[in-house]
Amino acid sequence: MNFKHKYVFLFPGLFVLIGILIFPIIFVVRLSLSGWNSYNGLNFIGLENYVRLFTDDPRFWQSFLRLSFLSVTTVILQYVIGFALAHMVWKDIKFQRFFRVLFLIPMMTTPVIMTVIWRTFFHESLGPVNDILSNFGMSPKWLTDPVLAKFTVIIVEVWQWTPFMFLLLLAGLLSLPKEPFLAAAIDGASPVRKFLYVTFPLMAPISIGAIIIRLIEASKIMDTVYVLTSGGPGTATETSSFYIFIKGLREFQMGYAASMSFTYLIIMIISLTVIAKVLTKVLLKD
Amino acid sequence: MGKLYKFLKYFFITFWAVFVVAPFLWAISTSFKDFNSVNGGATYIPWVDFEPKLEGWKVLIKSPANGGVDIVEPYFNSLFVTCTASLISIVLGTLSAYALSRFTFKAGFVKNNDITFFFISQRIMPPIVLSIPFFLFLGAINLLDSLIGLIVVYIVLLMPIAVWIMVDFFNKVPREIDETALIDGCNPYQAFFKVVLPNSIPGLIVAGMFCIIFGWIDFFFAFILTFTEVQLLPVKIVALNSSITPWWSLSASALVSVAPLIIVAFIVERYLSKGNLSGAIK
Repeated sequence: MNFKHKYVFLFPGLFVLIGILIFPIIFVVRLSLSGWNSYNGLNFIGLENYVRLFTDDPRFWQSFLRLSFLSVTTVILQYVIGFALAHMVWKDIKFQRFFRVLFLIPMMTTPVIMTVIWRTFFHESLGPVNDILSNFGMSPKWLTDPVLAKFTVIIVEVWQWTPFMFLLLLAGLLSLPKEPFLAAAIDGASPVRKFLYVTFPLMAPISIGAIIIRLIEASKIMDTVYVLTSGGPGTATETSSFYIFIKGLREFQMGYAASMSFTYLIIMIISLTVIAKVLTKVLLKD
Repeated sequence: MGKLYKFLKYFFITFWAVFVVAPFLWAISTSFKDFNSVNGGATYIPWVDFEPKLEGWKVLIKSPANGGVDIVEPYFNSLFVTCTASLISIVLGTLSAYALSRFTFKAGFVKNNDITFFFISQRIMPPIVLSIPFFLFLGAINLLDSLIGLIVVYIVLLMPIAVWIMVDFFNKVPREIDETALIDGCNPYQAFFKVVLPNSIPGLIVAGMFCIIFGWIDFFFAFILTFTEVQLLPVKIVALNSSITPWWSLSASALVSVAPLIIVAFIVERYLSKGNLSGAIK
């Protein structure tokens, strides 16, 4: 095919994306090496922001650990539940389409708006959860207890994003070839063995893809936390994004926030690459 | 074994279905309450537990001067931003995806897969990293707090999704289709628009659905890059939450704003059952 046509197809999209992104990214790096205030604008201060971040800011690293805990926990739960649900509505089941649509619905709803509803749901004195639990003499502080608040964030995240995992895994299950299952049926394999030796290995590449996609999205978790607990109580549910948000756009320490953003981005890229490699090794060992 | 499994299966599915609908049922019930039925402790069933009132729904259509919540304008803003950004992303993304699927590119060590990865990897970028420079930049060119500024940002969010789905989709459309068209005397653009595109409608619909979902549900950029001139729906509703919260109008407006995308769930399910989504995720 003619040489130049291919560029006509590729370049509009590529250049629009690069055009929108290039200045912000260069600017983040530049900003991270600067002090910033509204009177003087930028003033170059070298690596000072990074020195501060690595030697004098435990709160950032704590927020990062918390983010890792929250995203890994929610993604594992989403994967297990999503796979179970997808497997259950994969084959003959009553009201198959009804359940499939129903299980997809949460991901179509705006997370912050549903979180507003969840806030009323978990309200300590007026919400239905504590109303029911009070019959058993319990009234947990869903949003103001440091440990329980993390748990509440996990519940809301699992509700919101299990459907996405479900969608990817169900699409995967529906695209599997039929032959291995026929062979297993002929061998008289039990359902458990069929799952362990046929379904699961065939689903491994799709599982890896789905887990990585979800980890990427889960690592951005911020608006749910903002609405549900505002990072509180104290800093019990504060994630990296949220902390950077506070420093940058609340306290207007733009330079320092930029250095945190850049560090955060690099850590994300490295850890996601490592996780992808490890998952591939573990799940695709044959 | 078989019976126990079946019991557990239906038990789990029912349990999850209840979990999924619980917040919606609670919101529907709450939207018909008034001050007394909210603040006296949790109540559930209208007429039995409390006397239903339409106050929560009425404020949605009242003007703000009369104490309404005025979500009509944010609603249309959201709709406009989402649709425009999705459309631009789909058009540009589809063209790029077609190029990446059909032609070979090579510039030094950069090959097709690297370009595809570059597109998709934009999803890895945490929004907060972009938000600070976007905030300063849009401010510098006077697009802060405007619809156009938001659309520009949303293109970055949505184009990766469009490219991701369409590259895989085009890979499944047989190359013979375009080759035949070329032999028949079409130029590459005619081949693309008249032959390949009509065969890619399911892919376009799926990509469009995903762009609309991820555009409609975004809160973060709208929250940071707009203030008073332009408000998008999620920002407006979260703002309701922070003032003295009237749960009834909050629930009613929340329901109104999540309703349109529930239709999308039906469309996605249809394409899922037909097997059109399977290629998109590998």
